[in-house]
Amino acid sequence: MHMAASPQKVSATGGAGSGSSSIVEALADFARRRKSFWVAVSLAILFTAWEIAGRVPISFAFPTFFETLSALIEMALDGTLLPAYFITFQPLLLGVAISAVLGIGIGIVMGLSDKAEWLLAPVFIVLQAAPMAALVPLVTFVYGIGLVAKTLAVIMLALPVIVLNSYKAVRHVNPSLVDMCRSFQGTRMQQIFKIVIPDATPVLFAGLRLGIAAGFIGVMLAELLITPTGIGDLITYHRSVANYAHMYAAVASIIAVSTLTLAALQYVELRFLRPEKRRK
Amino acid sequence: MANPIPLRTADNATPDAIVEVRDICKRYGDIEALRGINLDFERGKLTTLLGPSGCGKTTLLKIIAGLVPATSGQIRINGRVVTGPGPERAFVFQDFALMPWATVLRNVAFGLELKGMPQAERHRIARHYINEVGLSGFEEKYPHELSGGMRQRVGIARAFSVNADVLLLDEPFSAVDEQNRRKFQEDLLRLVDKERKTFLFVTHSIEEAVYVSDRIVLLSPRPGRVSQIIEPAIDRSAAPDVIRRDKGYLDVVEEIWQGLRQYAE
Repeated sequence: MHMAASPQKVSATGGAGSGSSSIVEALADFARRRKSFWVAVSLAILFTAWEIAGRVPISFAFPTFFETLSALIEMALDGTLLPAYFITFQPLLLGVAISAVLGIGIGIVMGLSDKAEWLLAPVFIVLQAAPMAALVPLVTFVYGIGLVAKTLAVIMLALPVIVLNSYKAVRHVNPSLVDMCRSFQGTRMQQIFKIVIPDATPVLFAGLRLGIAAGFIGVMLAELLITPTGIGDLITYHRSVANYAHMYAAVASIIAVSTLTLAALQYVELRFLRPEKRRK
Repeated sequence: MANPIPLRTADNATPDAIVEVRDICKRYGDIEALRGINLDFERGKLTTLLGPSGCGKTTLLKIIAGLVPATSGQIRINGRVVTGPGPERAFVFQDFALMPWATVLRNVAFGLELKGMPQAERHRIARHYINEVGLSGFEEKYPHELSGGMRQRVGIARAFSVNADVLLLDEPFSAVDEQNRRKFQEDLLRLVDKERKTFLFVTHSIEEAVYVSDRIVLLSPRPGRVSQIIEPAIDRSAAPDVIRRDKGYLDVVEEIWQGLRQYAE
């Protein structure tokens, strides 16, 4: 979020116009070349709109951007934010890890075998279509309010997305590459591990990213609907005491963490698994 | 090459046939793709399957490769009946079929990698054939960094690397632009001469067929049948530009065109 400050400051200096044409040029040059500049501008516009909306104010319960930012810093410093994340991350990481391993595994098997597809696809299509928020309270009846229930909520959200994407990834593998492997007498195992899985990797990762995003939804649903713990507790508590800046800070922080996690995953994929993309 | 007088009739009792096609039929549901194909392919020769689209030439090549099962009939390689892919055949794909995540070196060595050959040895062989097809210096590049023609050279180097007796090429130059295609055809002829292998080549280009082939099998469509076999007696020791203006070459092109024009829409 602090990224927003720098371009605003630079353009303000440029606007002052004290022999600043070189700075403007340098900035224009930077803007042409760097994607990060536009990301920063995009965030700056969002946060400015937020600040204005908060100052109007559109609602007494809607804090400005800077109020929210200071509340976030306060929570980070007084030691409420970190322990909350520690609590939230437990079901999240556990659920996402289980969903990733199980989901990619099931998806690949479904992609490779028609029988597995016919057996399993309907289940996951129904699960993906189902409004999971309505099912989360049911989990409490069976598994109570502990870690198991919350992990299960994450899996319920993340697993169907990962399974269906992995399945599609395998089904869309280039048939010509499979023929190539066969023509050189590759075994079925070589075909799966040397051709099918590598060729499916981009779509597998797209599914994984969607699954992790769904996992974040799942953990927040669990923490808001089952019992307030972690970040869910921060949100619920600050709402109940009308501490809106802190409530928004908790909400914004989980959005930021989710976004950064997905960006990190994309980086890992491009950096380590797709050597052909590295030189672009 | 000292070619005999042009032979215009199908003589099935080829003395040294490495690939024998016997009564091959292929049906896709109600559609009859190939009917009663009988062909022999002579060892060390380049034979082209030529015909309009829909004549089943690629299907026939894939049946010989063992990638597509025939509805009935037999394929014999070196006298043995085969039902699937085997080490004595290597396939070059129309769309190259290169692994985008692997370097040129790994792509070329892939056939050997599947056989479990140690890395050092397979890389040595792959480097040799990368050099043979004129791609030295591109070993560590990825397919997307190469032009269409260069990608197909990778495909051909991969097929050479496994040291198969028969190379099956499915319209290998169709995705290569015209200038590069001519250069490529010349390079292919040089490799044919050097490697002493049997080539089965599918194309829809008459000029290409006449230019590269020892023998041309014309297929007619719906259903695919052998309509004519032509042996263009062209002196390949001449320069490529001379060959392309040679009267014999042009006559064969014209003759094939006359045979095929009835199928042109």
